[in-house]
Amino acid sequence: MTSSMRSFNWKFSQVFGERQPGEKVEEIDIISAVEFESRGDYLATGDHGGRVVLFERTNGKDLRSRKELEHTDSSVTSHPLYSYKTEFQSHEIEFDYLKSLEIGEKINKLRWCASSNNSLFILSTNDRTIKLWKVSDRRVKKIIEMDSNAHISSENALLSEKSFLTDQKIQSVPNGYHLEWITKKPKSTFPTYKESPKMMFKFGECASSRCRRVYSHAHDYNINSISINSDCETFLSADDLRINMWNLEVGNQCFNIIDLKPLDMEDLVEVITSAEFHPAYCNLLAYSSSRGFIRLVDMRQSALCDQNARIFQDRDAHGSRSFFTEIAASISDIKFAKDGRHILTRDYMNLKLWDLHMESSPIVSFKTHEFLRPKLSELYNGDFIFDKFDCCLSRDGRHFATGTYSNTFKVFCHDGGYTDGTRLEASKNPNRVSHSQECQKNAGLLTFFARGLHRRGHENSRFDSSDEIPCDLDSKLIHLAWHPTTNLIACAAKCSLYTYYAESSFNA
Amino acid sequence: MAMIDEPLYPIAILIDELKNEDIQLRLNSIRRLSTIARALGEERTRKELIPFLSENNDDDDEVLLAMAEELGVFVPYIGGVEYAHVLLPPLETLCIVEETCVRDKAVESLCRIGTQMKESDIVEWFIPLVKRLAGGEWFTARVSSCGLFHIAYPSATELFKAELRSMYGQLCQDDMPMVRRSAASNLGKFAATVEANNLKTDIMSIFEDLTRDDQDSVRLLAVEGCAALGKLLEPQDCVAHILPVIVNFSQDKSWRVRYMVANQLYELCEAVGPEPTCSDLVPAYVRLLRDNEAEVRIAAAGKVTKFCRILNPHLAIQHILPCVKELSSDSSQHVRSALASVIMGMAPVLGKDATIEELLPIFLSLLKDEFPDVRLNIISKLDQVNQQVIGIDLLSQSLLPAIVELAEDRHWRVRLAIIEYIPLLASQFGVGFFNDRLGALCMQWLEDKVFSIREAAANNLKRLAEEFGPEWAMQNIVPQLLEKISNPHYLHRMTILQSISLLAPVLGSESTCQKLLPVIITASKDRVPNIKFNVAKVLQSLIPIFDHSVVEQTVRPCLVELSEDPDVDVRYFASQAIQTCDSVMMSS
Repeated sequence: MTSSMRSFNWKFSQVFGERQPGEKVEEIDIISAVEFESRGDYLATGDHGGRVVLFERTNGKDLRSRKELEHTDSSVTSHPLYSYKTEFQSHEIEFDYLKSLEIGEKINKLRWCASSNNSLFILSTNDRTIKLWKVSDRRVKKIIEMDSNAHISSENALLSEKSFLTDQKIQSVPNGYHLEWITKKPKSTFPTYKESPKMMFKFGECASSRCRRVYSHAHDYNINSISINSDCETFLSADDLRINMWNLEVGNQCFNIIDLKPLDMEDLVEVITSAEFHPAYCNLLAYSSSRGFIRLVDMRQSALCDQNARIFQDRDAHGSRSFFTEIAASISDIKFAKDGRHILTRDYMNLKLWDLHMESSPIVSFKTHEFLRPKLSELYNGDFIFDKFDCCLSRDGRHFATGTYSNTFKVFCHDGGYTDGTRLEASKNPNRVSHSQECQKNAGLLTFFARGLHRRGHENSRFDSSDEIPCDLDSKLIHLAWHPTTNLIACAAKCSLYTYYAESSFNA
Repeated sequence: MAMIDEPLYPIAILIDELKNEDIQLRLNSIRRLSTIARALGEERTRKELIPFLSENNDDDDEVLLAMAEELGVFVPYIGGVEYAHVLLPPLETLCIVEETCVRDKAVESLCRIGTQMKESDIVEWFIPLVKRLAGGEWFTARVSSCGLFHIAYPSATELFKAELRSMYGQLCQDDMPMVRRSAASNLGKFAATVEANNLKTDIMSIFEDLTRDDQDSVRLLAVEGCAALGKLLEPQDCVAHILPVIVNFSQDKSWRVRYMVANQLYELCEAVGPEPTCSDLVPAYVRLLRDNEAEVRIAAAGKVTKFCRILNPHLAIQHILPCVKELSSDSSQHVRSALASVIMGMAPVLGKDATIEELLPIFLSLLKDEFPDVRLNIISKLDQVNQQVIGIDLLSQSLLPAIVELAEDRHWRVRLAIIEYIPLLASQFGVGFFNDRLGALCMQWLEDKVFSIREAAANNLKRLAEEFGPEWAMQNIVPQLLEKISNPHYLHRMTILQSISLLAPVLGSESTCQKLLPVIITASKDRVPNIKFNVAKVLQSLIPIFDHSVVEQTVRPCLVELSEDPDVDVRYFASQAIQTCDSVMMSS
């Protein structure tokens, strides 16, 4: 019983790219994807400017081999800390001349692949094109001292000194961008430098990123999801109407497995909003739709999976139905739990946990911002109702997090009794907004977000003033991710990345 | 040594370029690694070049791939087989890189070197290498190791052999599906080197684990293992152990696995032998032919003929033929197309009676299929059924409408495909039938809207002339062809010119001079310059087949006239042709 009452006490850990109040936020700097690597040693973010930034865990990184790790029940004592590792420009603005359409560089999704050889592999996608990036540490050799007598005409000289000389010259260029192409040269020595024993080398490390493969020209609509199969050989990409399956090694062909496009676009009733492979069974994938359905597909049954799907649908969706509730029912994100039996979904108003054995309703449903329900028509007019919030869940599958407005996110617990969840603000002082919501007025005075403060001041009287929407709609917290092994959440607020860790505590 | 004479300078450049920052230069250098090695000599190659290459595993994939390939044939440059182990370290590092094609090439090269190595060297160097890779932390190493066991195993001592077998067993249960896939696809090669008694125990249990793998991608590779292992086992063991696996696979939940079974079916039948095939695999195959998934039916339909060949006709008629009938009206055009491409081959297998009674209706229905691919596939294999079994007469009634329809299909690629088959059809039908029915079509294509069709039609005339002989061509082709030279459209006149130039060599000198040449000369007076310079080109190509007198009296005056044409292109090609005239005259 005590274990079921366990809840978390969330603490601020780190912030990257923090802005001072009033500092202008550039559109291209806004973070559009957050993803942990499978062991949690790395964290990647993508932004509207098409860049991918990698962070590396600096403490308590498990140096044991993967196999050992699996056999030990990992209980890391200190929470992970990250530091900036590298960044690269993944996508650029493109122009589709056939359709006269500009394709933005915004990163829609990031996914980590199985790493090998100390190299990291990451899939990134914008609206149309998926790319596989390899990030590896490369040794950079620096020559400290050189034998100046290099006038030896045999090929020995060519084997050793001459090209090092050029190395040295280039090395003196302080610009980090030059390092990459230098490292493309073989850096190791030809061991024929007996003539020049004074040579010394110093090794440094520098992360270089290379695009390994491009998967393009397969999507006519905007890609909303990519997901890597448990066979580590294939991945899927989903756009509004189709899901395609790729082999990681083959960039020029893919197989369409789901196609919802009707012959006549007038007949279109729903679009695909998110798709993910099952974490263990290579043949299962789930995708969500704008009508609030989740479909589970078994790819073994046939090559085209338009049929043969199990449909999960909240049949006793409560409350009155209206034009707006239909829109709000659209699922913005789905995530499989690690156990492979549960799926977490987020629609505009709720976070729902489904059991694959029960199709008729979710096993638990949390309300993320119920106070907005009377305001749906205003939210519709401002297009806010189409905001697509991510959701994530902890390793044990009992805790869930999702974002909302006013730069806040909520953490829910399956069996904690607190269906309201814990409300946290993406700032250095996350607990300012507690779920009791009593100390808000006081805490608000300290906030950096002056605009949010103003709005929040009205919150207490939110049921009286019907015109005012009781939160800061412009500060939405869309993207967040849960560390794969420990209780650490990374969330993106505009262009800043915050991490929070939890200490378990037992409360009566 | 031969290389000593070669100047040192280019060698120095090559060596320098090994380190150049331009990938193309590095690639060039790696491609000529053997030259560098010969220049350095065996000892320095071993002590300097190879260690240098060993550390060079950070390069671009293209360079690494080239290196992996070159090192595979490097044994002569390092001083022969006794030093072959020197090559293992650089290849070992290449076995761990993340790019699959580099690893595959490195494994291939290691195998090539390993087969040359002495047994003692294998024990000393190669087996430790395999063990290191198989126990490697990165899955890439373990993936590569799977392809090396079959080289290491035969030379190993009993103790090592047992260890290698258990290591392979572990690889087959690796956490990473990539490793299990590699283990599954290399199992056949490894099993071939394992002793019979161990094969039955260790290898078969490994194999059975693989056949029950959770990952579809692993199981479908195990399908290939069935055929490989089946060939190694005694017939009774094969029936006891492999056959049930195949039958299970043919009912696998995953269509991809069933697809593999359908694709590999013939090899699997070969492995288990004819008797069990008849009793157990026929039902399995029938299920595959009736599979829910079109992809599986496509694969199965494509093997119908091959499978029937190993059955006795009675079984084929009883079990397979009903399925074939169903497939001929399958909902998927690709299934029907796959069936159409092989079904003609069934005629000799089934014999005349069954063919006429059972197969002929299927042929005919496929010939009327709504998709042109299906019809084309039937027509392309017509020679397989003609003569040997039923003769063309039975089919000709249905063939002709099908051909005519294809000949007028609105997709030009379909028309092109049928033109390609016309010479084949002509040889099957014979002259009489051709003249009656197809001759007109061949002429009609010369005036097609699409250039490729007109071009193919011209070529077709030439092939027909070759098939039926010059006399036939003079009577049946040339008169109609020459009429068309007055076509008002210059592009069509051009096609005729092209046909003439193609036909002339077949018809021979005399006919060409009498019939074709006057037409060409007339065309030289055409009002369109394109026709005129094409006349020049045609004449140029025909000069060798004309008599000298004809060239001097008829061809040259015509060309001279053209060489004074107002159009620059006409003058150019005319002068080219005149030059050819001159050189032919000079040489004789």
